[in-house]
Amino acid sequence: MHLIIEILTDHLTILFALIMAIFLGFELISKVPTVLHTPLMSGSNAISGVVIIGAIILVRSSGSEDYISLFLGILAILLGTINVVGGHAVTNRMLQMFRKK
Amino acid sequence: MTALINLVYLISVSLFIVGLQRLSSPKTASSGNLIAGLGMGLGVLIALFAPMESGDDNYLIIIGALVLGSGIGLVVAVKVLMTKMPEMVSLFNGLGGACALLISIAELLNFHDSGTFGLAPYLTTLLALLIGSIAFTGSLVAYGKLSGNIKDSWKLPMANMINIILLLTLIAASIYQLQALDTMDLVYFIMILSLVYGITFVLNVGGADMPVIISILNALTGVSAALAGIIYDNMIMLMGGILVGSSGAILTILMCQAMNRSLLNVLAGGFGGGVSSAVQVGDQTVKEVNIMDASIILRYSTNVVFVPGYGMAVAQAQKICKELEDMLEELEVNVRYAIHPVAGRMPGHMNVLLAEADVDYSKLLDLEDANKFLNDTDLTIVVGANDVVNPSALDDPGSPIYGMPILEILKGKHVIVLKRGMSSGYSGIENPLFFHEKTSMLFGDAKKSLNSLLDELKTIV
Repeated sequence: MHLIIEILTDHLTILFALIMAIFLGFELISKVPTVLHTPLMSGSNAISGVVIIGAIILVRSSGSEDYISLFLGILAILLGTINVVGGHAVTNRMLQMFRKK
Repeated sequence: MTALINLVYLISVSLFIVGLQRLSSPKTASSGNLIAGLGMGLGVLIALFAPMESGDDNYLIIIGALVLGSGIGLVVAVKVLMTKMPEMVSLFNGLGGACALLISIAELLNFHDSGTFGLAPYLTTLLALLIGSIAFTGSLVAYGKLSGNIKDSWKLPMANMINIILLLTLIAASIYQLQALDTMDLVYFIMILSLVYGITFVLNVGGADMPVIISILNALTGVSAALAGIIYDNMIMLMGGILVGSSGAILTILMCQAMNRSLLNVLAGGFGGGVSSAVQVGDQTVKEVNIMDASIILRYSTNVVFVPGYGMAVAQAQKICKELEDMLEELEVNVRYAIHPVAGRMPGHMNVLLAEADVDYSKLLDLEDANKFLNDTDLTIVVGANDVVNPSALDDPGSPIYGMPILEILKGKHVIVLKRGMSSGYSGIENPLFFHEKTSMLFGDAKKSLNSLLDELKTIV
């Protein structure tokens, strides 16, 4: 109970954003045609790589001697970047195929 | 300065929203992807250059990792074959999960080092760790299954029991950790359990249910990114993650509806073994057709429909399908493709394959349009599809797939099924279609059969 109150008071704005984003997401994508299922999935998959922003903040806020944080953070950046760049590039390739008609 | 940073964050969130909106319509999809990418770029730039309260910036290694990651990502994305798309998407998805997992561990370590932290951030981080881990190993197993490295037959005994126990232990351990908060030991235990759960929960899902699983894993990675966004109080991570979570959830729902099954039923490992079908097909015989007769039927049809399935992807038959289509169009035969939403191994799999073969997407009919068109169809050619054309779904209440919306190809005049042999589909359900009076079987590799049909057509024109 204490925990719930703490979350509600400390993160109210972000919780509002969370609720809005859920509705927005459903609203935006609910009418997507079959032909776009795969590109939508791989495109949104690339967007989920947004978590690299967290990894960048983590590494930047670590001391240069904090090897554990640095190691975990750098690995996270590396993997996340592959996800973001690879995901967008693959989606682009697929959409080019659809577009040439 | 802060105002400027917030402004750019706002812009980059808007770019995500616009990008995703444009991704959901064929005409604008390509620009949508670029716009979303632009939003991501802006977000990364801000994360790189916004002033920080503490830390040594460590720019050198950050830039190094970004450049290396981009290089690897680009090379892989350019080189991968279109037919390998389902496993590629799973693999990328797993990397996103791994990223969330790594930063959560690092943040939890920092919490314990500093000794001062709120319970709420701790809970959020623990959840991000849990979901990120599940998405990570789950996606890797999905990758293994889709690429064929992990066989569909490798099943855990009592998987449902194991999964439930794992899940309950995970919840209990997490609640205990939130009460105790003394060491990291239990955190590592939770991480390992989550990683194991990711494996066990995907391992038992049947191949044809992969579209559902990939969608769920996609949603999970999104949620873990959103949770990480709450940790850093970062709006763009939160919005990006949630949008992905919703899109994954929508695809999951669509896929389940297309199979007329509940999510739980899919997760429980596909069709139960105990269901007995009313149809006994053991003694029935099938009718075979030879290439010459088949090509004559083709030649004198007005409307022809191809029904592609996973078998088309396996046989790599999409290009030869297109050649046959071109040939038939020259002979003034109308050709359409009937695409079931769950045909193949990921949502939209068949569309991607056929687009790669240059098939015009106006010729691709979705379930509803296809079933209308099938009324006037002279010949339907089934290329490696099985369960999505199984008429038991319509008329056999004893069948495990009863109620699933299917392509009703028996509305047409003739059906030719291209098939290697008489094995049943992934679900192991007998398909009465094969024994129907309208149906003829053309045994052999789909690609070779289509090729022979094409050659034969050329000779009789």
